[in-house]
Amino acid sequence: MTSATEIDIRTEGVAAPANYLNINLGVRSWLLTTDHKRIGILYLWTILIFFVIASVAAALMRIELLTPQGDLVTSETYNKLFTTHGVLMVWFFLIPSIPAVLGNFVLPMMIGARDVAFPKLNLFSWYLFVAGGALTLWSLVRGGVDTGWTFYTPYSTTYANSHVISMAAGVFVAGFSSIITGMNFMTTTHKMRAPGLTWFRLPLFVWSLYATSLILVLATPVLAITLALMSVERFWGVGIFDPKLGGDPILFQHLFWFYSHPAVYIMILPGMGVISELITCFSRKRIFGYGFVAAASMAIAVLGFLVWGHHMFVSSQSIYAGMVFSVLSFLVAIPSAIKVFNWTATLHKGSVSFQTPMLYALGFIGLFTIGGMTGLFLATLAVDVHVHDSYFVIAHFHYIMVGGMVMAFMGGLHYWWPKITGRLYPEFAGKLAAMITFIGFNLTFFPQFILGYLGMPRRYHAYPPEFQVFNVLSTAGASILGIGYLLPLIYFLWSLKFGRVAGPNPWRATGLEWQTSSPPPKDNFERTPIVTDGPYAYSAEEDVDLNLASV
Amino acid sequence: MNEFHLFPPQASSAAHQIDWIYFALTALTFLICAIVFLPIVFFAIKYRRGSKADRSNPRVESLLIESGWTIVPLLIFIGLFGWGAVVYFDVERPPRDALQILVVGKQWMWKLQHAEGKQEIDELHIPLGRTVALTMTSQDVIHSFFVPAFRVKQDVVPGKYTSEWFKSTEPGEYHIFCSQYCGTQHSAMIGRVVVMEPEDYERWLNIGQPSESIARTGERLFRERGCSGCHSVNSKFHAPLLEGLYGKSAPLETGEIATVDDRYLRDSILLPGKEIAKGYQNIMPSYAGQLGEEEIMQLIAYLKSIGNQNPPNESK
Amino acid sequence: MSILTSQVSDRPAFVAEQFDDIDQQRDAAKLGMWIFLATEVLFFGGLFLAYTIYRFTYGHVFVDASRRLDVVLGGTNTAVLLVSSLLMALGVRAAQLDHRRLLVRLLLGTAFLGCVFMSIKAVEYHNDFVEHLVPGAHFEWKGPDPHNAELFFWIYFAMTGLHAIHVTVGIGILLVLALLAWRGKFSGGNYSQIEITGLYWHFIDIVWVFLFPLLYLVGHR
Repeated sequence: MTSATEIDIRTEGVAAPANYLNINLGVRSWLLTTDHKRIGILYLWTILIFFVIASVAAALMRIELLTPQGDLVTSETYNKLFTTHGVLMVWFFLIPSIPAVLGNFVLPMMIGARDVAFPKLNLFSWYLFVAGGALTLWSLVRGGVDTGWTFYTPYSTTYANSHVISMAAGVFVAGFSSIITGMNFMTTTHKMRAPGLTWFRLPLFVWSLYATSLILVLATPVLAITLALMSVERFWGVGIFDPKLGGDPILFQHLFWFYSHPAVYIMILPGMGVISELITCFSRKRIFGYGFVAAASMAIAVLGFLVWGHHMFVSSQSIYAGMVFSVLSFLVAIPSAIKVFNWTATLHKGSVSFQTPMLYALGFIGLFTIGGMTGLFLATLAVDVHVHDSYFVIAHFHYIMVGGMVMAFMGGLHYWWPKITGRLYPEFAGKLAAMITFIGFNLTFFPQFILGYLGMPRRYHAYPPEFQVFNVLSTAGASILGIGYLLPLIYFLWSLKFGRVAGPNPWRATGLEWQTSSPPPKDNFERTPIVTDGPYAYSAEEDVDLNLASV
Repeated sequence: MNEFHLFPPQASSAAHQIDWIYFALTALTFLICAIVFLPIVFFAIKYRRGSKADRSNPRVESLLIESGWTIVPLLIFIGLFGWGAVVYFDVERPPRDALQILVVGKQWMWKLQHAEGKQEIDELHIPLGRTVALTMTSQDVIHSFFVPAFRVKQDVVPGKYTSEWFKSTEPGEYHIFCSQYCGTQHSAMIGRVVVMEPEDYERWLNIGQPSESIARTGERLFRERGCSGCHSVNSKFHAPLLEGLYGKSAPLETGEIATVDDRYLRDSILLPGKEIAKGYQNIMPSYAGQLGEEEIMQLIAYLKSIGNQNPPNESK
Repeated sequence: MSILTSQVSDRPAFVAEQFDDIDQQRDAAKLGMWIFLATEVLFFGGLFLAYTIYRFTYGHVFVDASRRLDVVLGGTNTAVLLVSSLLMALGVRAAQLDHRRLLVRLLLGTAFLGCVFMSIKAVEYHNDFVEHLVPGAHFEWKGPDPHNAELFFWIYFAMTGLHAIHVTVGIGILLVLALLAWRGKFSGGNYSQIEITGLYWHFIDIVWVFLFPLLYLVGHR
């Protein structure tokens, strides 16, 4: 590929004439679209709704936790708030976020295809997602669920008085949306790459989406059957999980975590893929150790299926099983560490600039490293006995999910925004929001590590007074974090009308998606590209003075 | 107990061991963060756009470097795993000769009973320096018995017995938290452990009504609930005699061998058809729904207490 | 870097616009179906796991309960499905060779055998209902451990029920395909839909081949 700086820039500043956005107008053309780009945007709007609801739940929780007593809401309401927050954030925001929004939009373009392998199934998967979401919202409207997003039995099957089955049904349906997306991405990657685009010339975002799809396809059905079994027991009193009926409550935990641990890798792998794209583009350099980073994605997907028992070290599982899961959990940390080191090494002899996507990428590396290291505390059996089910765990997974994944999502969204909309977001506002988010995030979640080791359990509506200082700090951070998320919402909408027109390649990036107009035409490319080189063919030496300040 | 802390009190023998691992992990975290963050900052500054650093011939791969940063973390992680596993093994296996406490968790309270019979609710008084072992079960949903100051936690599961142990090293009062979400009042299912000097503990034990020991209560239940109607020498029903049985291996009708432990005895009382002893038939009625969890534990304590007796001669 | 590629003019109409040619479309369809079947393995797998665990825990009761299932009917059903898979495979061959009438007959034959399977299943379910073996309010069990016997029947109905739903969906698809085949849709190399339906049908056959011994033969030594 030619160096990105030699791309024809005559079309800079000129909006593409006929593109996928203006080719067909009207609600029907959107609701019946089979264009992967439009479907990505449909997903974007839908997950935004769930993100807002789940964030409101979090805000109420954090406000409640300002004081040791439970005085803002009743215990029952608080329990419903954290359940809502977990269910919506995990299944209706994080899991679809990068794959269904950015993956849908970018994957076919990155491999030079006109669309995914099964466009109608793609649209169907969005409708399934909406149906699942509607069922879940229906459950909320009727009063919500108070079992926690983990639905542990026998509380969920026999004792909870809330609308468990409708919420489980919502998640069940949305699960099939995930399965179809995974299946579509895998087939697309196998069968629809442009001529010359061999597997080892693929951008790492594609590798990470492939690894994610593997997990989506193999793990989600187990969740489906687990939720179905739980609902059957709740409705008919069968006795699969309730010991009073001869069942085994720990069986539920095994089945649930067999899915839900790989699920966390569904959530983080796409984010890691985005980071590989951002680090290379904004340091104008090929990734260090391409083969290792690609292999690490696959290793995480495979090893991720073997560690579910680390959620059950104190559940009455045998201590020998505990040891097996502990050592495997340490092993799964290695490929993640390899990726972090490779990204860091990529900066060496690069030509680094700090546009908003890069700020998010660097923030990701920092926060993911901290989150990942704290995962080791949890993998260590003796320490986990103390911190299991405490705020330490909450801090750990929010560092990965929010400090990691959400920042990667924001970075990717800012990076591909010009491609998706043809407009640039305002750069100063972008940088400001990134920094506010970073500060707010750390203030929210770092005190929670301390709270956790002190012994504050999770899912507590009220707590002993000596925990108050850290809770207040955390809530203060949350309000700052909220501003960090509100700003992009505002300026992205603003940019749709008033943002500068982007042109085909404002970042001077390599990658097939940048070799077409912004917004792209409906079939992505005027002519099918032919690939002759590997990805990230940047040259830092040549781009030492590349000025993207105009963006 | 209500003062501001940055770190939980170290009040058990396990706390010190676990905290050492915690500090080591914290130090490793700082080290790894430094190894990652410092180069990032350094490279970001040295190689910032427009700077005059040497960018010629950048490396994009190195098997040596990749192996290095794969193998070194792997070795460190194996070491950490081993350390954690060894301490975990210790922490999970109660030593013999521990003070036995029975615990029944239910929504939303803890019911505890000392071997001497004294009962407590949401509180556990123990003597300083003695090993204490808890045998626990739940009456309803899964709970978890967590004492941060001791660094111990174990889920309390309905339908089975779980255990945890600790040896206190500092007198004082420490939080008990339920740490497995169990419903509406989960955050109110808290209590305190009161660690007393041994003499004070003895004095405390004798306050109030004299109580019968758990094993005694079990023996009483054994008679009152009809167990001895079948499980005795003079019974006209052919049922196993239970003296000298606890802890032994029992051959079953199916040909397998079961160990007569707490779990086996509990299942035999509630699900008698599940593991029938060899040579006997499935005629024992189930006591499910007729005995509370505490009562089952008391019965088992009784059976444990006669576990060393010689079985009397059976009459056929 | 971008070069003119295939401006293929003799591209068949049944190749969807995201695909370059018929081979890519057919390959993609097959891969997609294989991946879908992998998800189905995991889906049924959860139920198989629950069955295995409780079979291990409550061995005796499960054996006794299994004896109440009709091996003759179950065995007949196994044979029915195996033959239907044969017909399906022959149908795929007929589609590849463009034998329209034969294809229609084979598709209808497979669907017919699927219906035979469902009928026999219905008879079995009816018998179970009459003998009070359906879990719920009317379940009766003379013997120790009625609760765990009921659990066996729960798992039995869940697994065979889920399987039956898949068979029903398959029958529906086969009937639609038979109609389309009669109208000539699958001529001229456009047979990948027959192929992938074949894969699906063989899969539900294989699931039954595992279900039958686990549920029916456990009690019959």
